[in-house]
Amino acid sequence: MSDNFERFKNCAVDVLSVDADQVVMEATFESLDADSLDLVELVMALEEEFDVNVEEEELDGITTIQGAYDLIVSKI
Amino acid sequence: MQGRRVAVTGLGVVAPCGVGVEAFWEGLCAPAPIGPRQIHRWDASAYFENPKEMRRTDRFTQLAVAAADEALAQAGDLAIDPSRLGTFIGTGVGGIETLETQIEVRLTKGERRVSPFLVPMMMTNAAAATLSMRHGWRGPCENTVTACAAGTHAIGNAARLVSNGYCDAVLAGGSEAPFTPTSVAGFSNMTALSTSGVSRPFDPRRDGFVMAEGCAVLVLEEWDLAQARGATIWGEILGSASTADAHHITAPAPGGRGAISCMRLALDDAGVAASDVAHINAHGTSTDKNDAAEATAIAEIFGTPGPIVTSTKGVTGHALGGAGALEAAAVLLAMQKQLIPPTAGHETLDPTLPKIDLVVGEPRAWTPGPTLSNSFGFGGHNGTLVIGAV
Repeated sequence: MSDNFERFKNCAVDVLSVDADQVVMEATFESLDADSLDLVELVMALEEEFDVNVEEEELDGITTIQGAYDLIVSKI
Repeated sequence: MQGRRVAVTGLGVVAPCGVGVEAFWEGLCAPAPIGPRQIHRWDASAYFENPKEMRRTDRFTQLAVAAADEALAQAGDLAIDPSRLGTFIGTGVGGIETLETQIEVRLTKGERRVSPFLVPMMMTNAAAATLSMRHGWRGPCENTVTACAAGTHAIGNAARLVSNGYCDAVLAGGSEAPFTPTSVAGFSNMTALSTSGVSRPFDPRRDGFVMAEGCAVLVLEEWDLAQARGATIWGEILGSASTADAHHITAPAPGGRGAISCMRLALDDAGVAASDVAHINAHGTSTDKNDAAEATAIAEIFGTPGPIVTSTKGVTGHALGGAGALEAAAVLLAMQKQLIPPTAGHETLDPTLPKIDLVVGEPRAWTPGPTLSNSFGFGGHNGTLVIGAV
């Protein structure tokens, strides 16, 4: 697994209070018990970690770890 | 109160002098500390499933979660339709710590970094909302915000819902976690805070209140339901009242006018004669003006020496919107122990005040009877509960 995903995973573990092995590409935020506010908080942490900016509307339709990870990576 | 009788069947306390009702009682009867009354070495994480759940609650909500857990554990199985279970938690300033932290975040990192949880954490109804969600109580869930009278008003408002048949049980109390640099500076610059750090209610050397955090939550339950299930009943909410000074935003009305009307209305509501009152847990903040107005008001209604008076703020300091609930808890414990805790910090009665019968030094034995608990808040809000012994 890439170093970027490790960094992504650490943010998710910290913000969402989930186990590291739950943070897999196919996991949905719903399955991680994360609501829309949790997602906003996670994105804030990711913006800091990766030094990127994510606009609110870019989060529309993002329901999985894969979706969020791809969005962040596309901005690095 | 007209209508159904209101029993107290659960009690939970998180206070600087003790976490849990027994530790709180021991703290009330022990020597007072000096300086701000903060709850040290208390870990809220024990009350939450994971760090995320805890992180999205302000400290004033965390205190309420812990106090309510204790109160409900004591009350036992209520077996009541959840739509008839209410939640009334008062506070003065709500999630001010969260607000201050996030203002700092905005100033240092920019508005995009302000937490999406700022609003649900800081809002003053957050504690009540969190308790109703946590326990699935789906009746009225509201928040009384009347500064230092909030805890007393919340209990009074909740008791009325049980009395008038709208609810069968209500979680009622007050919570405050006011220690932020800006709030301390604000209170300090009002010259309301003690510079000595000693809370000395009704003493000529009193120099202001000592700020505190803390929370107490009561389970109020319709009397017959409580008796039928064999619940342990701590006491009864006999009456309550709420009045406004309509005088000044911080100073009490001359001669304790608002306090007098509030205590009289509460006695009428309870159907208790002034001569039958055994004890008063005073607001007794240790400020010059409050204690003068309150002692004057007590003497006006009850004469001197009148009922046995104590101010537990000598130990607890002033937990603002949590204070009235902590003091209701102190009254219920005093009834159970048949002892009234002394007014810590107090050495001599201010000679300019009427000669109220203040408990000083050691706890005083008494035969529990109808008791008033007073709270007076900035804004001229007056609250009085009348609590009956079992």
